[in-house]
Amino acid sequence: MELIAALRAACGAAHVLTDRGRLRTYESDGLLQHAVVPRVAVLPGSAEEVVAVVRACRAHGVPWVARGSGSGLSGGALPVADGVLIVLTRLRRILAVDLANQRITCEPGVTNVAISAAAGPTHFYPPDPSSQIVCSIGGNVAENSGGAHCFKYGFTTNYVTGLEVVLPDGDVVALGGAELDRPGYDLHGVFVGSEGTLGIATRITVRVVPAPESVRTLVAFFASPAQAGQAVSAIVAAGVVPGAIELMDGLSINASEQMAHAGWPRDAGAALLVELDGPAVELEARFADVTRLCEEAGSREVRVARDAAERAVFWRMRKAAFPAMGRVSPHYYVQDSVIPRTRLAEVLERIAALARDYRLQVANVFHAGDGNLHPLVCYDGHAPGEAARAEELAGEIVLTCVRAGGSITGEHGVGVDKKRYMPAMFGEPDLAAFQKLRCAFDPDGHANPGKVMPTPRLCGEVPGPYRRHPLEAAGLAERM
Amino acid sequence: MAQAAAPTRLEPTTAAQAAALLRDARAVRIRGGATKLAWGRPVAADAELSTARLDGLVAHHAGDLTAIVQSGLPLARAQAAFAAAGQMLALDPPDGGATVGGVVATGDSGPLRHRYGAPRDLVLGVQVALPDGTVARAGSRVIKNVAGYDLAKLMSGACGTLGLLTELTVRLHPLPRGWRTAVGRGDDPAALAHAAQALAHRPLEAEALDLRWAGGDGAVLARFAGPAADARAAAAARALADDGLAAAVVADDGPLWDAQRAGQRGPLTVRVSATQTQLGALLVAARGEGARLVARAALGLAWLTLPPAAPAAQAAAVGRLRAALAPAPCVVLEAPAAVRAAVDPWGPVDPALLALMRRVKARFDPERRCNPGLFAGGI
Repeated sequence: MELIAALRAACGAAHVLTDRGRLRTYESDGLLQHAVVPRVAVLPGSAEEVVAVVRACRAHGVPWVARGSGSGLSGGALPVADGVLIVLTRLRRILAVDLANQRITCEPGVTNVAISAAAGPTHFYPPDPSSQIVCSIGGNVAENSGGAHCFKYGFTTNYVTGLEVVLPDGDVVALGGAELDRPGYDLHGVFVGSEGTLGIATRITVRVVPAPESVRTLVAFFASPAQAGQAVSAIVAAGVVPGAIELMDGLSINASEQMAHAGWPRDAGAALLVELDGPAVELEARFADVTRLCEEAGSREVRVARDAAERAVFWRMRKAAFPAMGRVSPHYYVQDSVIPRTRLAEVLERIAALARDYRLQVANVFHAGDGNLHPLVCYDGHAPGEAARAEELAGEIVLTCVRAGGSITGEHGVGVDKKRYMPAMFGEPDLAAFQKLRCAFDPDGHANPGKVMPTPRLCGEVPGPYRRHPLEAAGLAERM
Repeated sequence: MAQAAAPTRLEPTTAAQAAALLRDARAVRIRGGATKLAWGRPVAADAELSTARLDGLVAHHAGDLTAIVQSGLPLARAQAAFAAAGQMLALDPPDGGATVGGVVATGDSGPLRHRYGAPRDLVLGVQVALPDGTVARAGSRVIKNVAGYDLAKLMSGACGTLGLLTELTVRLHPLPRGWRTAVGRGDDPAALAHAAQALAHRPLEAEALDLRWAGGDGAVLARFAGPAADARAAAAARALADDGLAAAVVADDGPLWDAQRAGQRGPLTVRVSATQTQLGALLVAARGEGARLVARAALGLAWLTLPPAAPAAQAAAVGRLRAALAPAPCVVLEAPAAVRAAVDPWGPVDPALLALMRRVKARFDPERRCNPGLFAGGI
């Protein structure tokens, strides 16, 4: 059977898109700088249909890319031109809410926020990317998504306990489960963050945790991000682990004010948003500590959210930062580098110097607890040469962070966007080890090709067949 | 070469040396602090590859709450260094002589796992000597990173069957202060399980939440730290009392938790990966077998130590546990040789999963040089 016919047989003709106009809907993910129209897009409606699609791709030797909500920021779901785009948005059932065991099992197209809603109000699912209203749990698994709460609570990988995965050869395997520490390799841990290159998760089991007893939120204003950074270091050194600790610079405050209207001082050099959550009896003492530490670091004003409404306004300021920047600048380029927190002041200084050199503005919004910067390089794509200059500046910022002992990406993933920076972090033996893993899952290289690794690689044959251990050969394996 | 009786001991001093030794080896048994050599299936090796001379604390970035250690560094030595800065690596498994690398490679943990996670959750980056003679790194030195495949997770708990961990970057936490433990005692498994599960679902932010059972009675233990530890432990004790247990707050609680850790080892100890709703069944199984039990209540992990008996009777008891607690995997950690010969310590592995695991093994260690045969499924 021809490929398109096979896909139609698998999922129904209505769910197989070949019209170029309709396919253009899927040409990019959240990283709009890259666009590729796939040969065909298919929207399976069940795990069985995903299996049939992957098997059809394999039978025809065609590469494929899995896509969730398409909100990723690294081009991880960028289609390949001659390949199949497998869109998982129809797989949006929550399959089991087992709060007694603190587990929720769902299909990959379920949104992040729907999981917390299913767990609430007694429990919640901590990893909360800013896009949580639209982003899918399958995409979160692929990217190992973080969010504002991960300094205290951890990332997607710390919450996924089990996965059902369709491997690139069409076989289905259960990795992990509801239980922790099942015997064998931690392959669900390996799968999380593998950016769609090892298979497609069709069933995802996550751990949810009791919702905190109380929450207190404050914002402290500083003369500069570096000064705010000192407050962050002091807070962490005092043994306080905030639920969230977010830093915005003056440019971002001004941009967000235009959308969120929180009445924050426009002349502040930085705002530090600190949220503490936990047992009420402990929170009061900790909250006083944080207020004092901010003041000692030179904060000119500390505002405490009086109620849930004001807390929501504080968060709207933070979450408006990316969209609001679109009003200030025609285009912007988001980076996702991470630095050791103690290097914050010098790295910010270096970024400012680079921005001056490149004659561009860079706004800084970041998860301060874990040193995950999100520099927004502002540019006008219609001005000749400016887009290229912005991209070059963004690259310089990434390399500055790596040189400071950091990472090229904290939560957005490598995708196509950052693969060229991989050699700055990893040497040839490291990349070769990554490739060993990839080849174990996908020897034909059909799953999301062209992502993560800086240059295309093929999988060689495994040297020799699997050799049985002498004990197995002796028959001891028979009893298993 | 001379005497073939004792296995050759290889003690590399650098990762590159370790990789070269692996490349030239036939089959090696990997050795750290030698506290868990009895775990897993028997290994057919002609040499021991030891991390004894890879025992340095490479860097402690106190301000960033991270550290880089060589794999052979004893955990206790690492903790002493971190404690001097008011910090800890939040891993508290039982054996004092264990190395950081050994704890990570076996995925071992203690009561602090309740709050801080397993080794997989605390290792940020690894350096590993591979059987092809290369030294590879994965992960990073910062607490948040998604660049490249997470080989740190692959190596954590792999029991040294894919390569030798030579260096680890770990996340540290502030050392908790002002410990208090709420203890609720009782002799009814159902009441203990109910009380433990009720606490697991309250937003207590306890440092640890354990269950124990021995000789006909048991207890729920909830440990707190920090400025409000007294009040929080008192509140937990009230909740335990409301659930019908004899509750109290213990200030000098170190010995209680040392006992919990010690309970994870024994002449025949089975680690059960269960779920919270199986806590009652775990306690009933322990009572039925006359076993001692220690459990991480919220995590559903339990360690049952079976009473002394003839090997055949002990093997039968392991079989009964597996049947009673299915589908929860029951892994025999240590056992007398006769029991180990009669029972697969890992239990069955799903064939599709085993096939994938073998493909991973074949890519990293095609000649089966690293701990051959030790792991689940005979890998």
